[in-house]
Amino acid sequence: MAGPMKMRATLAGGNTDVRVLMTHPMTTAQSGQPLHFIQTITVKLNGKPVVEAEVSQAVSRNPVFSFRLKGGAKGDKIEVSWLDNKGESNSIEGAVA
Amino acid sequence: MNRLRRTLLGALAFMLAKPLAALAAWNENAFGAKTAQDALKGLGAANPAPSKDIVIDAPQIAENGAVVPIEIAANIPGTTSLAVVLEKNPFPLAAKFDFKEGALPYVKVNVKMAETSDVRVVATAGGRHYTATREIKVTIGGCGG
Repeated sequence: MAGPMKMRATLAGGNTDVRVLMTHPMTTAQSGQPLHFIQTITVKLNGKPVVEAEVSQAVSRNPVFSFRLKGGAKGDKIEVSWLDNKGESNSIEGAVA
Repeated sequence: MNRLRRTLLGALAFMLAKPLAALAAWNENAFGAKTAQDALKGLGAANPAPSKDIVIDAPQIAENGAVVPIEIAANIPGTTSLAVVLEKNPFPLAAKFDFKEGALPYVKVNVKMAETSDVRVVATAGGRHYTATREIKVTIGGCGG
């Protein structure tokens, strides 16, 4: 089950800081549980991909990421989405505050 | 009945396939590598040049290996990607970030570390690869999570 996500995008020092939280077990093969982890993450600014990430099971449970976008303005649309190794996905949309 | 089921399954497969294709592919070769060297080869960055323009901000000692905060940035002009390699983890490659027009080569992420190890960051700029490392001492390993 894809749990809730949280995101905050704020202007700081002329750039936009995007902080995003994902609810996900991120289980490793060493844990004795089935391998279940987020594999790809996409950050979009006003509909255009700006960061594309590939991650492994070494990312901590309930991942928190911070990204930094050049410039930006209040109201710019930010969308973050993820897809895991079982084909589950989730996304969140918000505006720069 | 059968035909209806097939049509429905077909429609479902189509709906599932679309978002999958829209997202970036996962580099199975690099993420499946069991040594840092093989992970770098899988990334196509086998012999990165040492660079002082890669900043790695992380604790010297991580008491809990399950959550080790790592903040990385590259001051190399034209940096388009940053990869994080946790050298002594069972699968060393932890993450790779591609930055497009509009994003700065910066990311903060929490990772799991099995034991005390060098954290290697590989930056790619103009098709060339650069690297820097930083040691993090881990008190309790965090790969059981």
